[in-house]
Amino acid sequence: MTKKYTITVFTENYTGLLSRVVSVFTRRHINIDALTTSKSSIKDIHRFTIVVNVDEKMVEKLVSQIEKQIDVIKAFYYEEEEIVYQEIALYKVPTHVFNNNNRVEHLIRSHNARILEVEPEYIVIEKTGHEHETEALLKDLEKIGIYEFVRSGRVAIVRPMERLNRYLKSLEEAMMEEEV
Amino acid sequence: MKRKYHHLEGQAGTTARPQTKVRISGAEAVLKCLLAENVDTIFGYPGGAIMPVYDALFHYQDQIRHILPRHEQGAIHAAEGYARVTRKTGVCMATSGPGATNLVTGLCDAILDSTPLVCITGQVARHLLGSDAFQETDVINCTMPVTKWNYQVTKASEIPEVFAKAFYVANSGRPGPVIIDITKNAQLEELVFEYHPRPVVRSYHPLPKPQPEALQEAAKLINEAKKPMILAGHGIQIANAQEVFKAFVEKTGIPLGCTIHGLSSIPSDHPLHMGMLGMHGNYGPNIKQNECDVLIAIGMRFDDRVTGNLSKYAKQAQVIHIEIDPSEINKNVKANVPIISDAKMALEKLLPMVEKKEYPEWVQSFRECYAIEHEKVIAKDMRPNADGRIKMGMVVKEISDQTEGQAVVATDVGQHQMVAARYYCYRNTNQWVSSGGAGTMGFGLPAAFGAKLAQPDREVVAFIGDGGFQMTIQELGMCAQWNVGVKIVLLDNNYLGMVRQWQQLFFDRRYSSVALQNPDFIKIAEGFGVPGKTIEDPAELKEAITEMLAHQGPYLLHVKVEKEENIFPMVPSGHAVDEIVLEK
Repeated sequence: MTKKYTITVFTENYTGLLSRVVSVFTRRHINIDALTTSKSSIKDIHRFTIVVNVDEKMVEKLVSQIEKQIDVIKAFYYEEEEIVYQEIALYKVPTHVFNNNNRVEHLIRSHNARILEVEPEYIVIEKTGHEHETEALLKDLEKIGIYEFVRSGRVAIVRPMERLNRYLKSLEEAMMEEEV
Repeated sequence: MKRKYHHLEGQAGTTARPQTKVRISGAEAVLKCLLAENVDTIFGYPGGAIMPVYDALFHYQDQIRHILPRHEQGAIHAAEGYARVTRKTGVCMATSGPGATNLVTGLCDAILDSTPLVCITGQVARHLLGSDAFQETDVINCTMPVTKWNYQVTKASEIPEVFAKAFYVANSGRPGPVIIDITKNAQLEELVFEYHPRPVVRSYHPLPKPQPEALQEAAKLINEAKKPMILAGHGIQIANAQEVFKAFVEKTGIPLGCTIHGLSSIPSDHPLHMGMLGMHGNYGPNIKQNECDVLIAIGMRFDDRVTGNLSKYAKQAQVIHIEIDPSEINKNVKANVPIISDAKMALEKLLPMVEKKEYPEWVQSFRECYAIEHEKVIAKDMRPNADGRIKMGMVVKEISDQTEGQAVVATDVGQHQMVAARYYCYRNTNQWVSSGGAGTMGFGLPAAFGAKLAQPDREVVAFIGDGGFQMTIQELGMCAQWNVGVKIVLLDNNYLGMVRQWQQLFFDRRYSSVALQNPDFIKIAEGFGVPGKTIEDPAELKEAITEMLAHQGPYLLHVKVEKEENIFPMVPSGHAVDEIVLEK
């Protein structure tokens, strides 16, 4: 059975590594639902967050093939319950619809969104949340009129204590052992 | 412009000795890195973007041998042949653009067959990157899916560190090809050279130790098994585990089947060697995979050509999978007991844990299968057909006998390859140089050259079909130029035989684009300075082979064989291993 898995990949920060990680998915003709890269809490270690819709057997294979890449330090996968995550969406809407009625204002309040910028021609609205929430605001705004919409990939924090720290520690110990 | 060259003091291979802080060019640093890694041979082809390195090479000719092929594909397959018999890292070099893209087929071949290579490509200067400059190609992206690692060097100072990592990555863990793409400015700039081989790479741990619990579980399964079977893969020879493997087989008394790259990991005539696995493997080893109770897979990856239909593969068996690459575990076949480790380490640990046993009835059942296969397939392959035409098996068998099973056998891809795998009796080790995973036509001749160049004292015989021969036939020039005594056995059936066989069996004999109009091969060889002989009468075979083997230097034996011979047994595509057919 397929479901959404969030894969976190910890890597060195080298040019081209993103392509290598992505090619693990494209090789198998698997679409990536969302992808975010950022630094991690550990100095010099880069972090990718990738969301895919596959079955568990497949996500296991993907993760081990990602880990096989030389400059990947470690990769993990999580089910939805194991992570806290958010996505951010920006909406550009015509300013005049605000002037005409208070419907838009009401929408923004009820969706817990906020206004980032007001210009004579357009207004930029920001909404942070899960996909279905940002999607709901989009649906409502589409009825009124919208110029532009963009949504980020997922950023996720895992509920279990970060396994990478533990992994790096065990690695250090193993390397000490080897030297002895 | 005159440049000073600072040769390494002492012999090639001295590493990490304190050096004075002289500045050398990036191009010279490339050669110093190669010498520090004990490289004695480079297979390469010069061109614009790599010229500074070639200029430096000119001054190092006495320390490093450079082999010029006639096409970059020839260079990389030769480097593969070199690597496969020595288990050392093969090195090749090419220029940017088409030079680099001509390496791609070889990279693909090397990554699928776990062959260690370091390839160096020239690149346009850093300031021109991405501008569609002359002979500019994005080599890093082109080669990403077919390299174990690749890196673009844009500063001379990066060269030592990147080379050390490249050699370490290429030939540790599961070996594979690496590309270093060096921009022209980095070849010309200067650096202070200091080299530290086998660097620590935080993200790369190529030698996992076998887990004690897994070893315990495996030993228990093995000791309690009633009908166990071993699948022997390439990993045994890569790990140099042949001796402990033989001891393990003999102590446990378990019959084994080899994958195609497992050939020559144990002598073919060993009493527990039951033959080859796979689509055209032997009858017994194929069907017994669906009968055994414990399957011990060592250094192999359950390729689809071995397993046939996965949903009907070895469902009754407990699977012990010894494999160094963790991503191979559970990729195709679920392992009940995975042992993530080098074959040698795992077998050394397992050997004292397993009991001495014998399985006379079980082993006998394999022999009965062999008797059936002998009657239906092998006996026929060993005699001329009704029209008196030579069969490929006769040629391979005769060469096997005359070389006493000691030759390195290089092959191209197709029917002749299967025949060479089946009928040569491998009695030595690291003898099998063939393109398995990729099935690269054109591999045979240059790979045989590389093998013979690396180990001139060994007999090297290349079995090649008339199709594949014409893909890299120009490398006869490389053989002649270096007088490398490869014995080329051209098994000519005037067809792309394997494709023709499939068309006959599965496409109602619609022979679509498989007939060849062949040239006069002997004339071509002579043109390159390689002598040869054509035969088609079975009576000439023995003597012609003796004559070929006695010849010093490269030689072409052109054997006209039966045109429509089919390779059996065969597990038809999509079928289970126990649905193997012996005849049609």
